[in-house]
Parts: sequence; C-alpha cells; structure tokens
Amino acid sequence: MYLLTQIARFLFILFVFLFALMDYTYLLRKKEEKKKRLIGRQIRILYLMLFLAAVLILINDFSILNAFLLAGIFLYIGITLVAYRLIYPRASMLLVNNMLFLLLVGFIMIIRMDSSEALKQFVIAAAGTVVAFLIPVIIRKARFLPRLTWLYAAVGILALLGVFLLARMSGGAKLSISVMGITIQFSEIVKLTLVFFMAAKLSKDRSFRSVAVTAVIAAVHVLLLVLSTDLGTALVFFIAAIVMVYVATGRALYPAAGLVAGAAASVGAYHLFGHVRQRVTAFLDPFSVYDTSGYQIAQALFAIGAGGWFGTGYYLGKPNSIPVATKDFIFAAICEEFGAIYAIAVLLVSMSMYLLIVTISMELSNPFYRLVAIGLGTEYATQVFLTVGGVTKFIPMTGITLPLVSYGGSSVISTIAMLAIIQGLYVLRVDEARMEVMEEADS
Amino acid sequence: MERELGEDIRRIMREEETGLPEKEEGPQLFPGLTDEGIGSAIFDEEAYDEEGYDEEDDLLLIDEDLLEEPDGDAKEPAGRKRKKNGPYLFISIAFGILFLMLIGHLIYFHVKLKDNILNSPYNRRQNAQAEHITRGKIMSYDGMTLARTETDDEGNETRVYPYANEYAHVIGYTTHGKSGIESIANYELLTSHTNLIDQVIGEFRQKKSPGDTVVTTLNAGLMDAAYYALGDYRGAVVILDPKTGRILAMVSRPNFDPNTLAYVWDDMVADPSNSQLVNRATQGLYPPGSTFKIATALAYYRRYGSFEGFHYDCTGELTIDDLTVHCYKGAVHGEETLKDAFAHSCNTAFSEIGLMLGAQRLTAVADSLMFGEQMPTELYSSKSRWSLSTSSPDTELVQTAFGQGKTLVTPFHMALLVSAIANDGVLMKPYLIDHIENAGGRVISTKKPAAYRRLFSENEAGALTELMRAVVEEGSANELAWRSYGVAGKTGSAEYTKSDGSIGTHSWFVGFTNPDDPDLAIAVIAEDGGAGSTTAVPIASAIFRSYYGE
Repeated sequence: MYLLTQIARFLFILFVFLFALMDYTYLLRKKEEKKKRLIGRQIRILYLMLFLAAVLILINDFSILNAFLLAGIFLYIGITLVAYRLIYPRASMLLVNNMLFLLLVGFIMIIRMDSSEALKQFVIAAAGTVVAFLIPVIIRKARFLPRLTWLYAAVGILALLGVFLLARMSGGAKLSISVMGITIQFSEIVKLTLVFFMAAKLSKDRSFRSVAVTAVIAAVHVLLLVLSTDLGTALVFFIAAIVMVYVATGRALYPAAGLVAGAAASVGAYHLFGHVRQRVTAFLDPFSVYDTSGYQIAQALFAIGAGGWFGTGYYLGKPNSIPVATKDFIFAAICEEFGAIYAIAVLLVSMSMYLLIVTISMELSNPFYRLVAIGLGTEYATQVFLTVGGVTKFIPMTGITLPLVSYGGSSVISTIAMLAIIQGLYVLRVDEARMEVMEEADS
Repeated sequence: MERELGEDIRRIMREEETGLPEKEEGPQLFPGLTDEGIGSAIFDEEAYDEEGYDEEDDLLLIDEDLLEEPDGDAKEPAGRKRKKNGPYLFISIAFGILFLMLIGHLIYFHVKLKDNILNSPYNRRQNAQAEHITRGKIMSYDGMTLARTETDDEGNETRVYPYANEYAHVIGYTTHGKSGIESIANYELLTSHTNLIDQVIGEFRQKKSPGDTVVTTLNAGLMDAAYYALGDYRGAVVILDPKTGRILAMVSRPNFDPNTLAYVWDDMVADPSNSQLVNRATQGLYPPGSTFKIATALAYYRRYGSFEGFHYDCTGELTIDDLTVHCYKGAVHGEETLKDAFAHSCNTAFSEIGLMLGAQRLTAVADSLMFGEQMPTELYSSKSRWSLSTSSPDTELVQTAFGQGKTLVTPFHMALLVSAIANDGVLMKPYLIDHIENAGGRVISTKKPAAYRRLFSENEAGALTELMRAVVEEGSANELAWRSYGVAGKTGSAEYTKSDGSIGTHSWFVGFTNPDDPDLAIAVIAEDGGAGSTTAVPIASAIFRSYYGE
C-alpha cells in the first residue's frame, strides 16, 4: 500500500507535467489535426489522474460518499466535454481542458481533507457549468451589454459599500448572499461588473478625460476593498484596471503612473492600517509572530518543505495541520503531498491558461469584448500570482483563493462564469464583424 | 530564451517610445504605407525563423493572420487594431515573468531555504516521518555508536545512548522536545536513503525504512579523555580542530543520562536550582578572568602596532579611585615587558593598559571578537556579554581589561577565539556533522570545512601566539612546557561571588597545541577550581597526554 502510494506519486507528477507540456505545444502547433490529437491526449491524462486518485482514495478512505463523488466527477468531466462538442463545437477545447484539469487537481486535494467540502464543491462546479452553457447565448442575444456602463459601476460600488459597512459592523466579515445553500460573496460579482464597466467606458472613449473618470471609479472600488480589509481582491482589481487601461489606450504612461500611484498608496496603507502592517510583519519573519499572524504562513512553509520535490505521497502528509488548507492555503497542501514539481506543473497550466485568454482576446475584433476578455484574464492571473506568492512567502499573504482549485463556492462559480464569458466571446468571434457593422448601423 | 524575452521587451519599449504615436497617426503621416509595410514595421520578421520561435511570437502570428483580413471600415483603419498588440505582448511577457519568478522562488525555497525552515523548533511535522522511518544512528567520527534506536518484537522503539551521560549535551535527547545533534540533524535522521530494493522488501514485510546515519566530527578518544579529565568538577571542555572547525569534543558537567531522561524529567524541571540540562560549553556564561587578557593585548597591538614599547613596574597593587587592584595571590612581578605581564598574568599591568587604551578601543576589539553576537553554531548557545561603554567608570574599565568587570563569555566562544589565533587569524565555521550515510554505509552528503570570518590579521595572530607560547614556556601554564608537540595558551582565574556571598574562583585554560601546524584548540573551565594553573591546566595536560599517547 505504501509502495503503491510511492509509485502513484511519480505517476501523478508525470501526468501533470505531460498535461502542462501539451498546453504549450498546443500553442506552437498550427495544424488543426495535431491540435485535436493533443486535446484528446490531455483528456486521457485527466481520466488517468482521476483513476489513479480514485484507487488511492478508495483504499485509504473508503466511504459511500467518496465512491459516489468519484463517479460524479467521472460523469461531470465526460458530460462537460461532450456537451461542449455538441453545443459549442467552435469553443476553445484547450480552455475547457485546462478548466477541468484545475478543478480536478482541486477535487483530488479537497476530497482527501474533507469529503463534505468536496461534495459541495462538486455540486457548485456542476451547477455552475450547466448555467455557464447559457452565457454564450446571453452574450449573443444581449447586444445592450456594452451600453450599460454606469449600471456596472453602480452595482459594483453599491455591493462593495455593503461589504464595507458590514465589515465595520461585524469586524471583518465578508458580505455574501445565500442562494440554495450556496453563498456568493459580493466581491466575486464585482470582479465581473468592474471589468464590464471599464471595458464599456474605455471601448467607447479613450480620451484622457475618459481614462481619468474610469481610473477614479476603479480607485473607489479598490479603496472600499482596502477599507474592508480585503487586500487580495483590492490588488486583483488594481492590476486588472491598470492592464485594461494600458491595452485600451496603448500608452505606457498610464500603467506607469498607475503603478507609481499604487506603490505610493501601498506605503500609505502600510502606515495607516494595522492589518496591512501585520501582513508585512508576518511576511518578513513569520517566526517572530509565530503565535499570532505568523502561524498560518509558518505552517504552510513547513508543509511545502515537508513535501520536497516529489511530495510525501497522497494521504501520507499532514495537510490538515495547515490552517484553511482547502481554501487560501491549498497550494501548500498540494506542495506537501504531491511535491514541488507537481505544483510547478499546476502553475504552468495556470500560466498557459492566461496566455490562452490573451490570445483569445487578441483574436476578438469587438473592442468591448476584447477588453472584457483581457480584464477577466488578468484578474485570473493576478489571483493565481497573489495566492501562490503569498503561500510560498514570495510576497505578503493577501488572503485570496486559487481559482478553480481552492474550495469556495463563489470563487468557483465566478471563475467558471468568467471562463464561460471568454468562451462565449471566442465562440462568437466570427459573428463579431457582422455585429460591429450592425451596432454602428444602430447608432 | 531569457535573452530573447529581453529583446522582446526592448522591442516593445522601442515601439512604445517611437512606434505607437507614429502608428496612431499613420494614415495621415504616411499615406503611402501599405498594410504589409506597417506589419513588418511592428513585427520583427526575424523573430519567426526556426530558432527564435516561442509562444509569445505565436501570439503575434495569430494576430498577423487577423491583419490579413480586409477591414472595410474607413473610419477605423486597420492600424488601430494593430497598435494594440504591443500592449498584449508586453502584458503576456510581464505576467510570464511573474509566473516564472514564482516558479523560481519555489525552486529556490527547496534548494536553499527549506532546511532552515524545516529545522525550526516550531515544526512538529517531522514526527509524521517517524511512522515510516526508524530514526537513524548517530556515530562518532572514529566509528563508535553514540545513539541508536532499538525495536522490540512488538515494534516498540527505544532510543539507546550507549555512552549515557558522557555525550548527554552534545548528542542531546528526543524526549520532551529535542536538543543537541538529535535536534540539529532531526531531518536527516528521519530521512531514508536505502536503496529501492530494500524499500520494496521492507514494504512487503511491513517494516519501517531505516533512517540515515549521522556521522559526527566527535572523536571518541578525546571525548573520553576530556570527560574523565574534568572529573567531578562542574564545568565544560570544548576542543576544535582549528584548521577545519570540526568540533572534536564537547563535555559539560553536571549532566544527565539521556536513556532515563523521560523518567526523571518532571523532577529535573521542577527543581529550579538544577542545571543538568544546560550545556555549559555553549550556554554557560562565565567571567573570562585572565583569558580576556588576549583581547586586551590585541587592543594594545592594534593601537601601537607591536608589544615592544610597553614596560611596567609591578608593585603587586594599583589603586584607581576607590578600587585597589591586586595581582593574583598577592604576587609582585616587578619590572616587566608586556610579554612578561601576559605570561605571569599580571593584573596591575593590564589595568594600566586598560587605562592607556580607554573603553572605546577595548569595546571595538570586543565587537570584532564576536562579543554580544550569536555564535556560529546550531546548538543552543548564549551570546557573550559586554557591558563596558565610554560612560563606564575607570574602575570598571580596569577590571574589564584584566577579565573581571561585567564581561561574561561562554567556553565555546573562548575556544573559537583561540582556534582562530591558531589558524593564522581565520575562524573556520565550527561544525559537528561530518557526513550523512544511508543505513548501508553509502555516503549521502559530506560537510566541507568553510571559513567563517577573519578575526585577527596574520600579524596579530602571530604576535598573540608568541605571548601564549610564553605563558607555557615561562608563565602560569608551565606544566605544559617541554612537550614534543608544543602548546600555546592562557590561564585564567576568574573570581565570582558565590550564592553565600563568599568569593570563589573559576579555573580557566584556553590554548592550542602544535602552534606551527595546529592540531587542537581547547577551552577548559572548572567551576570553583581555583587558579587556572592548579586545575584547568592539569585537565588540559591530561587530555593532551591521552591524545598524543604519552
């Protein structure tokens, strides 16, 4: 049994590395046939990973729930792949594969730590995927989306104002609404509205005035989040806003000014807010504040170190000794049981996901959707960087989840929705030329 | 790849500086420019040859396909779309670099930072390893087993220490936390490098893998000699190889039996006067007594460049303010040079030197000799204390100059100082673990000696060695003279106030053997042992005799 786990740990590493490698070779291949073959191979790897994990899960931790869950994941992957081929044959299958890969990596880790959380995650991901199939249709029908500029801003700011007021009252709680037992954090919704607002505003008008107005609105979003102590999301918004302005205007001066202002604001925030200082102290020397704010990061580092290059082996580590291991610190748990090489492969897949989104964005001709795609993609990439950087003590911890991998209903839904939007834009890219002409005829 | 990325970035920068404004107004400024012309202006065609091809270029390629599509809109020239690809490329590269930095950091963590983190005393995670691996052996360099784990028929494990009390502090314990080598090498002891076949066989027999063996630098013969020479005295002996920094022996008394520590732990900890667990060699803080005259002499040498100019007439006592300094046991040394004063450990002469130099120069020397600094060892250790400052009264200044005052040192610190003098002024980083083997004896990793810091210039080391030779040849450590191997050293008789208020004297000897090609650097302290020459010197003498086989 121990031996089986030992062999499995190298197989896992082999699988994820091949998967990541194919992501990049895909970007280099030009012939459709070869691309299709790569996609097929990736799907085989997904199933091999699931099979290997299933054997170990059922040996180590047999329960009816786990057995059903594994069968459910098996079906979910299959149905998602088939459904995309049937409904949206022009969708980016690489994007679908990457999404399923990251979800699977997350499932494998969460199920080992907490089966009931894995069940919730599964239900949410499945439901989210079903709903996500509607999004391309909505995008196609709802031509008015680019025109709702100020509605996006209003919704975003009101939601964050709510978060802020509640944070003041209940001491740092995040505002969320509950739909059928699934809680959705407001800040996750605002991730979408802010990008839509900026895309709508900047696609219409790229003058200095317009950029300034956009910047002010974005800054209000960021500030509200900083005041609500949600530094991670604030940074995600900040980076996304800068990237969008840069892409929209093509002027390097704007992002440069933005980064300078951001740096100045960070220094200000460090002196003004105790919770910012705390994070920095815990980053600089977690062991000096081991009993308080340094505890989490210290545990994460022990876990990453214990894993070494090849991991302790599935079910052989102690990921449960890491605080919030299924959420903010899931990367540390992965590093522990699957090792640094596996974790690096997961990072490479995340990076290829971003490059793919950038490529898709470039292929779009409608300026509004171009900006939406790059904005959402940048939010994704920033989130990955912040959470992995925080857990590995490369940057201060900002308390943010690893998209698709971490447990967390609203984060999974918003990421699946985000990918569905990008997928929808990609599917519709051929129609765009026509849409543009029609839009201009409208106005 | 990196060079190409760099070039890409520079290319974008160029485009941003010059290309973009041009393109924005392109149709007006260069009406004759064709689509293809703009395309090749933006995209470096060379980037597409076979070698230079990478994914960022691929992003461009896709876009170039797009550009081929005719765009019928006159108000929105194709150039508008094209100019945006610079930012896309730039952002892709920026995020690509961020991700590669993350990966680089993760690799750096595992290569460089991991061991420090894992050895943190807060880390309780390694105990998980113990479920699959039997804790490895600890051996002396000359092949004696110092600690091993025995497993009975029911699989219960006992850690056995064959030498019991003798190695108690340096090997340490694993009950109630960990100390000594058991703590320093915990990670290695719980890591198994047995070959795969053995692991497979063990797996089928449901046996644990044997952990790696830690081979220390300790010399069992020297340990025996030091342990028995110290006898019943409380105190410590530290012996190093000055040329490599290998710790050859480290003994501390009183001690404990690590085999039975679990049973007596509660009583031991409950008794506040009990200090058996303290490793006096690295943690014990003592007044240095006359051994500190090495530092004072160094301060003189640094001030005047040689010892030649100093002459003093010792009358046996010297009065400064309300303090009268006496030489030890009321000796009167008469007319003397600095070398004589050092050899006979004349307190009044060194008081005079202290007054000549002042607090600032003495403090500068103390700082350069690692007072108040963390010792370069992973063992639990105390920092030596230095409290003299320019605002201290002269009485404290003179006392400090001959090693009383408020200065406190660890025996380990003194051993490091003399080992640096022996090694032409360079302190080698002291270490305890020579190499790691797997259970079958195959070497996994070997520690290499490394210089830690230069504490003395070569001239200073040579001059101090001369003084220390004189101590042996004509001074207070005369018992060690006329040995075939030669000894240089300094005695110390450090007065302290006992708990009942009376004055006691700790007996010190620090020095090294075979000054021309040093073998051993040693520090000996026997608590309440009287003058250095009466107790510590004979202890050192016994150790040397045993080592050199006389």
